[in-house]
Amino acid sequence: MTVTKNKTMRDVFLAALLERMRQDSSIFFLTADFGSPVLDQIRNDFPERFINVGIAEQNLINVASGLALEGFNVYAYAIAPFITMRCYEQVKVNLALMSQLREMNVNLIGVGAGFSYVVSGPTHHSIEDISIMRTLPNIEVLSPADWITAQSMLDFTLHCHRPKYLRFDSQPAPAIYAEDSKPFNEHGFNVLNAGGKICLAATGYMTVQAVNTHKIMADEGVDVAVIDIFRLKNFDMAELAENLRGYKHVISMEEGFIGKGGLDSLLLNLKNDFNLPFGFKSIGIGDNYHFELGARDRLLENYHAGIESTLKIIRALV
Amino acid sequence: MTPPAEQLLKDKIRQVWRETLLLHRRAPETRLASSLSCIEILVALYYGGILKFNPEQPQWEGRDRFVVSKGHGSISLYPILADLNFFPTSELEKIGQAGSFLGSIPDPVIPGYETINGSLGHGLGVGCGMAVGLKRKQSSSQIFVLAGDGELYEGSNWEAIMFAAHHRLDNLTLIVDHNKISMLDFCAEIIDHSPLAEKFKAFGWMTEDVDGHNIKQVQATLSEFRDIRNGQPKVIIAHTIKGKGAGALENDKLSHIKSLTHAQIDILLEANNDSN
Repeated sequence: MTVTKNKTMRDVFLAALLERMRQDSSIFFLTADFGSPVLDQIRNDFPERFINVGIAEQNLINVASGLALEGFNVYAYAIAPFITMRCYEQVKVNLALMSQLREMNVNLIGVGAGFSYVVSGPTHHSIEDISIMRTLPNIEVLSPADWITAQSMLDFTLHCHRPKYLRFDSQPAPAIYAEDSKPFNEHGFNVLNAGGKICLAATGYMTVQAVNTHKIMADEGVDVAVIDIFRLKNFDMAELAENLRGYKHVISMEEGFIGKGGLDSLLLNLKNDFNLPFGFKSIGIGDNYHFELGARDRLLENYHAGIESTLKIIRALV
Repeated sequence: MTPPAEQLLKDKIRQVWRETLLLHRRAPETRLASSLSCIEILVALYYGGILKFNPEQPQWEGRDRFVVSKGHGSISLYPILADLNFFPTSELEKIGQAGSFLGSIPDPVIPGYETINGSLGHGLGVGCGMAVGLKRKQSSSQIFVLAGDGELYEGSNWEAIMFAAHHRLDNLTLIVDHNKISMLDFCAEIIDHSPLAEKFKAFGWMTEDVDGHNIKQVQATLSEFRDIRNGQPKVIIAHTIKGKGAGALENDKLSHIKSLTHAQIDILLEANNDSN
């Protein structure tokens, strides 16, 4: 795999969006007083299509909904836990319900997936969002693993006229995909490594962890497969099922609560619906909060979800 | 307004009031009291030359957007939409029945409704988004939002109230059906948010208090507000009576959750016949 520059998903995505805004006057950008260097340029270049609604996520969603009903392509931007939970009922009523009756394109960009705001503590961590956003009908949930995937989602966000939740990591990170690739596809996943008896099926930052786990196990002479799942609803179930069918063990990896409707539920439902024979384990966040500070992998280890724990689980299965 | 025009509106008010009672007779789970307090407002909007609409094409781009944020308290809009041919009047007979699109809380499955209602405090913010969008499209269409006074307890309204003033949304008019009663009590007893107009003024809105049952005043204020484009959003505080004309319900602090029996409704309708 190519080594790329460290970049944030949001900067890359917003830079690409800025270029689209130059050609496409239907794009509105709303923020709940949350910024980024690229955002300053959007504000500067398109003051008539950039609105900071203030720290008011309920109104962020409602204004986004009203604009989308008037035919605009809307991007609404805030910190992940706040754009999902602070305004959850607005998302339900004015996006999920409304979009069943009227076409509307609203893209919620939540920055701060999982523990990516490492030192900010549990209010700023976003470990509930995958399951609660998956619960709502009519909304897409997109969870890229790197900035190249995030960037390659832009076309889809413009052409798919449905509400969407984009779950972005907040930290600059190297890409796991090649810089000239377009990893996003509507099937919803990519097989990064096939082969072996164990498959890590991961999303977001945990795909990066899975790739690193794969490398360590490869050094130990064990081939571990990695599948990156970035579309957590409306993905191609049959194709994913076929890609998982041959493994003896599948391990789901998500920086989100497990056992509550997240990636693990998605995979268990798939296993059930398609009679897939694999044994299943889930790696993710258990049913409590931690106030501890530390490196991201340390926070994950609190829940036995860091690299060391993952390696332990795999070695026990080999 | 000419005297014949005023008489026409008064006739419509009476007709809508009667139809609303009949709807409630068929579907007692509908909210009667809060549907009766806003009849003059609805009649002024639809028959008083305020709203631009096209029943043959409910989503016509040139229409004004009427957002009924106090959805459950707008059963009285059903007979108006039927009378104006948004849907056949025969639908009124089916309210609350399986297969009918007329429920106790209206949704945009009903031709003429713009937004999802029922959950309170959503309409004004969505209306703000529409108002920004219409300005961007340089449309002459306007946004009218009807909200209840109890609904104003929802904080999302105040996010939108700040937003509308800052963004100079003078294509937006909010009408507050100020019937002074929420679900369990008088607003003054729950959290007294009077005087409402002063609060809106402090937030930068143009305000006008009206007698919400004086059709001439309601129509004239709506008409005047429609024409004023001075950079301020506008609010009409319509002082109304919850359960207007429904005897026992008037000013009963629990009227929101009360239904009238068939016999009570029949007596009211009979008395109304006699009064003419």
